[in-house]
Amino acid sequence: MNGRWAANWLAFAAVVVAVGLVELVQPGILARLSRGLVSVDLLIRAGLFTVVLVGLNLLMGYAGQASLGQAAFYGMGAFASAIFTVRTGALNIPSHVAGAWWWPWLMMAVAALAVGAFALVVGLAILRLRGHYLAMATLGLGIIVYIVLRENLGLPHLNLTGGFDGIVGVPRLRVGSAELWPVQVYYFVVWAAAVGAMAVGLNLVHSPVGRALRAVHGSELAAESVGMDVGKLKAKIFALSAALASVAGSLYAHFQAAVVPDTFGFVPSLELVVMSAVGGMSSIWGAPLGALAVLLLEQLLRTHVLGLVPAVSGELEPVVFGLMLVVIMLFWPAGLVSSRRSRTAAWAGR
Amino acid sequence: MGGAVNRDSLLQVEHVTKAFDGLVALSDVSLEVRAGQIKGLIGPNGAGKTTLFNLIACCLVPTAGDIRFCGRSLVGLPPHRAAELGIARTFQNVQVFPGMTVLEHVLVGLHRLAPAGLLANLLPTGGLRRTEHRLREQAEALLDRLELAPWANVPVETLPFGLLRRVELARALAVRPKLLLLDEPSSGLNPTEKQAMARLVRSLREEGVTVFLVEHDMPMVMGLADEVAVLDHGALLCEGPPQQVQQDPRVVAAYLGEPEDA
Amino acid sequence: MEPTATEAPTRSVAVPGRAVGTPTARRAPTRAVLGAGAAVAGLAFWVLGRRLGYGPLDYLQLVLDGTVTGSVYALVAVGFVVVYRVTGVINFAQGAFVMLGPMLAITFFQTLGGHGAGVLAASALAAVAATTLVATVVHRLALHPARGASPLTKIIITVGVYIALQGLALRVWGPRPYVLPAFTTLHMADRLLQLGGLSLQAQSLWVWGIGALAVLTLVLFFEHTVVGKAMRACAVNRIAARLMGIRVDRMATLAFALAGVLGAVGGIVIAPSTRPTYDMGLELGLKGFVAAIAGGLVSLPGAVAGGLVLGALESLWAGVTVAGFKDLFAFAVLILLLLVRPAGWLEPGQE
Repeated sequence: MNGRWAANWLAFAAVVVAVGLVELVQPGILARLSRGLVSVDLLIRAGLFTVVLVGLNLLMGYAGQASLGQAAFYGMGAFASAIFTVRTGALNIPSHVAGAWWWPWLMMAVAALAVGAFALVVGLAILRLRGHYLAMATLGLGIIVYIVLRENLGLPHLNLTGGFDGIVGVPRLRVGSAELWPVQVYYFVVWAAAVGAMAVGLNLVHSPVGRALRAVHGSELAAESVGMDVGKLKAKIFALSAALASVAGSLYAHFQAAVVPDTFGFVPSLELVVMSAVGGMSSIWGAPLGALAVLLLEQLLRTHVLGLVPAVSGELEPVVFGLMLVVIMLFWPAGLVSSRRSRTAAWAGR
Repeated sequence: MGGAVNRDSLLQVEHVTKAFDGLVALSDVSLEVRAGQIKGLIGPNGAGKTTLFNLIACCLVPTAGDIRFCGRSLVGLPPHRAAELGIARTFQNVQVFPGMTVLEHVLVGLHRLAPAGLLANLLPTGGLRRTEHRLREQAEALLDRLELAPWANVPVETLPFGLLRRVELARALAVRPKLLLLDEPSSGLNPTEKQAMARLVRSLREEGVTVFLVEHDMPMVMGLADEVAVLDHGALLCEGPPQQVQQDPRVVAAYLGEPEDA
Repeated sequence: MEPTATEAPTRSVAVPGRAVGTPTARRAPTRAVLGAGAAVAGLAFWVLGRRLGYGPLDYLQLVLDGTVTGSVYALVAVGFVVVYRVTGVINFAQGAFVMLGPMLAITFFQTLGGHGAGVLAASALAAVAATTLVATVVHRLALHPARGASPLTKIIITVGVYIALQGLALRVWGPRPYVLPAFTTLHMADRLLQLGGLSLQAQSLWVWGIGALAVLTLVLFFEHTVVGKAMRACAVNRIAARLMGIRVDRMATLAFALAGVLGAVGGIVIAPSTRPTYDMGLELGLKGFVAAIAGGLVSLPGAVAGGLVLGALESLWAGVTVAGFKDLFAFAVLILLLLVRPAGWLEPGQE
């Protein structure tokens, strides 16, 4: 088992690195070869979502706790990074600090910790809810965070989040004087984070904590009966998933160079759930697979399928997306990567 | 500490009342379980037996009264604290973790011996692997003890009901309880399995585990228990050695009035 | 699951989702807490309103306006409750029904010439019928096959249905707002009624009247028809209902159909004063859900009261704060409600 594990990892890392190197040597080659289907941009977005999905899968697939508001944490990370690197004037951050190469990295870490702490506190309260109630509470939380971001945190005079228009001009990440750009270089940054998140996730699910999470998923009553502090465990895993989402959000802000609240609203939260479901919630490997599969499908719909039918425009994307969600839930409720274990869990009535 | 309490008293239920939305499930129940005892709890359906167990396991909070374990009050504690103090339980309608193997169930029971922190589990450290190895050895020993070893790596949902009761018991024993609450341990078992269960419960007592069990099988509970308490309509009817309880006219009346189910 | 279910005398209506293993004794909120909350909220409204120079009449006007929107919340909430009680599903697609009603009504109305009370009524009825058909199809195709699935799976399915229907609406109607003429004037401009310093659109009377009529009809249906009684039996105990020969799956489809009717009616009556768009269902659907939760998710009177109260409070809130924060209110209330009293206000407490 350990041998196969190592082999899987090596193969995965090799593919990630190889794809990156090919693009580095021959920029744009992926897009040319795939006729616009795969681009380095798409792969970067897949990497970012992988980081979020590792957390979401731990939360939903392993611990069995729904979150329909995960994009909020992604957005909090993105806006935190953007605000602390762009609105330095309004925040009175001295320019020699704000201009230092390590500042964005520090803010990324601080944001992850703060978002994690926020989720821990919120989680202790709302994770007592179950099933529908938890789903709706997280959904409400996501919408509230979205509105607060959209409404300038309620402090219009400071204009920190930029309202509907968001923030532009988020600087690229640097190490020393070296800018981690062009996009082919940034690919490695993002996928390093993705692989790191997966390594942490895989290690966690194979540890006693992973076992505890699955036990909580199976029967909270029984888990408590052997002395497990179920509430605390759930809140901790919620916090971890939020912190991962925050890191991904920060990386997104420095990638896109601009952030707008609509990227982190209600539909994006659902999109994350779709990716998680498509890839397989109860699997860490499902994270990159789900992200890639959904992004590729969306791209395919956009560039290939819908373009061929003249009467149909890109507006049908959400229709196909919604139907896909229904069909996947009906026929593969456990996603692409599924074990017997996750298949039974998905239909176990919890 | 309460007034006239026996020195080897492990659990005291003192004037406990429990009401749900105004409906009284238990009213003014007092009883005690002494260390090293096998105590039975019987009563017709709806008498409040499982409610009492849920109160002891801190899954419910009494409306009035006190429950003391090893001299300290359990009232208001969260359920996981009860387990930490040494109260383990099984469930009437078996509670297992679907998708997990028998061995994993016991490992979950042993979780308090593992590093609990999330951060401690994020990275693959040698210490983590060594603890896990030690836990596995302990779990396997427990499975041997309960004759579950052949099914160690079998997912529980494929097991017959009789084995699930034993898996639950193994998981509960992994907590190393002082007091074991068994909710109808023999229900759903065939006669052979029942006998094995009775033997097991007796041997647990030999090892110093105090057992408090709800049981519907009269011959089994009368043969097994040192003392029996009878609940009816939420009130304690009588308490005493099995022979004495069996002959108590109130008990006979309670059972005749409301036939026992299968 | 419920540890006490076998022995403790339990109520006929179980409330799923309530913390099961750890009953809520450790956080038993009292009426006093809720009363204090209401007092604080009232004080906050008053203080914020004073800044804007509000008098009692202004508050009354806000409450009056709020109950109009609140009536629609109530209809949507009742739709949630009916589906939830009969099928155990939180039907997120409810929002799509609310949008389909007015959009279809407008399309029918325009196709049929675009004027005349008879045409308007016929268009509205046809739109309600069509939405009901959609709701039926949604249940048969998307939810019925997944009846054994987990709540999360079902919720994702209904979300998927919602996204697909909204996407379809965007494709058919585009992103622009539409207009349905006011029922009284049959024009875009509605008649404004003045009563003692308060002003009221004539459409508001239609909203209240039709809303009340719809709920009343529904109650009569549940109380006095065989099918209605069968549906109530399913709500109490699905297995027992099946044993009694009730076709539970048909009742589930019927519940979706009723939700379609309620959603469409709610969307249509409010359409003249809101200018419907393809995405109007998201807001109305979610707020209807909040109202349903406020009423305990299993109670029809609770859902109606929840809708009206939510509408009134939200209107007060919107009146005293920045416009952008209007929508925050309902969701903050949602989370607070879920935390404090998942069983709603009208249900008796646990402890």
